[in-house]
Amino acid sequence: MKKKISLRNMRINQTGQVASIKANGELGRRIRDMGLVTGAKITVQGRAPLNDPVSLRIMGFTLTLRNNEADFITIEVDE
Amino acid sequence: MAETVIALAGNPNSGKTTLFNAFTGSHQHVGNYPGVTVEKKEGYYSHNSRQYKIVDLPGTYSMTAYSMEELVARDYLVNEKPALVINIVDAANLERNLYLSVQFMEMGVPILIALNMIDVAKNRGIMIDTQALSDIMGLPVVPTIARRGEGREDLSRVVERMIDKQSQTVPLNISYGSDVDQALDEMEKLITVANFLTDLYPPRWTALKYLESDEQIITIGRQTDSELSRNLEDKRRRLTHHLENTMDLHPEEVIADHRYGFIRSLLVKNVVTIEKDQDRLFLSDRIDKVLTNRFAGPLIMAAVLFGLYHITFTYSEYPVQWLNSFFGWLSSLVDVFVPDGLVKSMIVSGVIDGVGGVLGFVPLIMFMFFGISFLEDSGYMARVAYMLDRVFRIFGLHGTSVMAFIVSGGIAGGCAVPGIMATRTLRSPKERLATILTVPFMNCGAKLPVFALLTAAFFSNNQAMVMFIITIGAWVGALLVAKLLRSTVIRGEPTPFVMELPPYRLPTFKGLCIHTWERTWQYIKKAGTVILGISIILWALMTFPNLPQSETGQFESQRKTLQIEAPEATGNPGLQEQLALIDAAEAESALRYSFAGRIGTRLEYISQWAGFDWRTNIALVGGFAAKEVVVSTLGTAYSLGEVAPEKSGSLADQLAAAPGWRPLTAVALIIFTMFYAPCSVSVVCIAKEAGSWKWGAFSMIFNTSLAFCLSVIVYQIGTMVGL
Repeated sequence: MKKKISLRNMRINQTGQVASIKANGELGRRIRDMGLVTGAKITVQGRAPLNDPVSLRIMGFTLTLRNNEADFITIEVDE
Repeated sequence: MAETVIALAGNPNSGKTTLFNAFTGSHQHVGNYPGVTVEKKEGYYSHNSRQYKIVDLPGTYSMTAYSMEELVARDYLVNEKPALVINIVDAANLERNLYLSVQFMEMGVPILIALNMIDVAKNRGIMIDTQALSDIMGLPVVPTIARRGEGREDLSRVVERMIDKQSQTVPLNISYGSDVDQALDEMEKLITVANFLTDLYPPRWTALKYLESDEQIITIGRQTDSELSRNLEDKRRRLTHHLENTMDLHPEEVIADHRYGFIRSLLVKNVVTIEKDQDRLFLSDRIDKVLTNRFAGPLIMAAVLFGLYHITFTYSEYPVQWLNSFFGWLSSLVDVFVPDGLVKSMIVSGVIDGVGGVLGFVPLIMFMFFGISFLEDSGYMARVAYMLDRVFRIFGLHGTSVMAFIVSGGIAGGCAVPGIMATRTLRSPKERLATILTVPFMNCGAKLPVFALLTAAFFSNNQAMVMFIITIGAWVGALLVAKLLRSTVIRGEPTPFVMELPPYRLPTFKGLCIHTWERTWQYIKKAGTVILGISIILWALMTFPNLPQSETGQFESQRKTLQIEAPEATGNPGLQEQLALIDAAEAESALRYSFAGRIGTRLEYISQWAGFDWRTNIALVGGFAAKEVVVSTLGTAYSLGEVAPEKSGSLADQLAAAPGWRPLTAVALIIFTMFYAPCSVSVVCIAKEAGSWKWGAFSMIFNTSLAFCLSVIVYQIGTMVGL
């Protein structure tokens, strides 16, 4: 079973595929420049000591973004 | 023969600077791109007795118009048209790195790929067939290991061959899906027919930028041909509408998706073979499990930052002392060989003190930047930003701001000059400016003698406590002012944080040295000239006009009377002391009579609201040269002669006993010293780093007003409640 959840709500070590990115302008551009495009496979690697930002594994490198930036990203995960 | 210009471009952390250093060694020059604070590095190398100029473009992930770095890189490629671009690509991170390469190809820029860190890629189980990659992309691919200098020769050979061939590069034409392609075709036709911007950009690229809502290109377009530009914008709107209705997507998204799709289509068919699971934990990730751990992470970070601070300020003390003794020796030479008078006074107090003041910071800056370069090149700085971002974001700053605050005196005793320069690691322009403007509030080493003097005089029982409160006060003040600035003059949405955590790497010693020397030399060059001028002006303010003849005559006759009354003079200690007293009294009168003295006296009308008399005012004016001058000038103003900042005991006694001084006055002065105008060296650095003298002037006026308001409030409320 697949379901779609916000990147903010993913658990550490959980894996999924980018379903949609609802950010435009500078934020949207920066997110896409780093390879976060629809269909990309990601794994949540960890969170900063204050729970924010979050760090992801994507295409073999580590990317970090703030929770309020992660809100724009929906991930399709295995139930 | 004219030199050939080539450019070096690539993602941050791809080893671009390392490759640049491998090519140019020490034959490089750092400047700024005109009008912006982005660094421009140029260097030279020769191959087969041909000279090449190589320009290191700022590291970027993309070629949009969103960041200064990207704009600069793009404008350079368009306007300067380098003969060739070496696009450095991290082999362990091929997919994302090629995203930039594809954009170069769309622009029709002649590129060749330096496939860097193939050793790292191999270790990670990524095998790349460079020949196959070269064939499928239709451009040369040269494997390199920049940190060991491997592949440099091959690169030079390929560069030479490509330049000799002088083939015309055709812009890459990829499909972005039928809807976008159709719009592009129509727009391309319009653009070609009208010859719209075709001298600068390939027609299809211009169309693509219109679809991507690229602000720079659209602005240029409107100025060139507003009607055609409106037409093109209409087409974008129609496409946007259509895509949103059919696929719930924006054109920008569709274009990015297809670029990545194109890259994935390149990387199949034996070009790349992946032998290990790319999501498994590499050494770097395992280190991160500890270094960014919820509990251990912050503790280790505190230790690292404190360690950096400690090393910088402890070990730079020796060279600082050598420099000080050197300038002391120089002063004494001048003292012996130059006759008493104005020239001597100017050379000693204006020139030597001024230049000495500037050079005194040099060891600090060198140590500081060596440490910062290490943290940055190793990848740890990104982790610091990651861990602290949540806290600093509240105040409109960025996680990386912490470095600048600590260096400036977040742990009491730093220095704002290297602190302001440390903000270069910040890539978010608004956050960076707010950091530059607030770090001078930290308690630098030069403010400490002032605080030490005042606490010794009025709070001798609680010195440690008071110093602690002062340190906390500086942090609170700086962060709140940052918040204020970010909600007023530097208002605006936070810059997206989206950041790469690069794998940990051991920095190369050569790279660290080059980096450190660059910063230091820039500082010496820029600060040296301006500060020398400021120092001479301040000297003149405190020297001219000289006491009138009648008054100097009075002091002279006092001396004469003393000497006549005690004719056996020379060995008489009591007489020497009395003579010194007269000298000091004369110095006080002279200071009061000077321009600075008059300014101080005039300012009494206003400054009395904060409890400061003319003596304090002069000292604060002098403190603009360097904060430690406050103490020595107070000494002169209280007729103690020159007081060395570290030996202010007698001055403390004097202040404690002086009329008009009470603990409340000391508190007001401490607050004023914490927040008022940064010293002249800092102001020059602010102007330089912020890119405009406007911000230098802002920091002087704003900080002084703020400091004055705070100290008046404290003094007046204190007086009202009877303190």
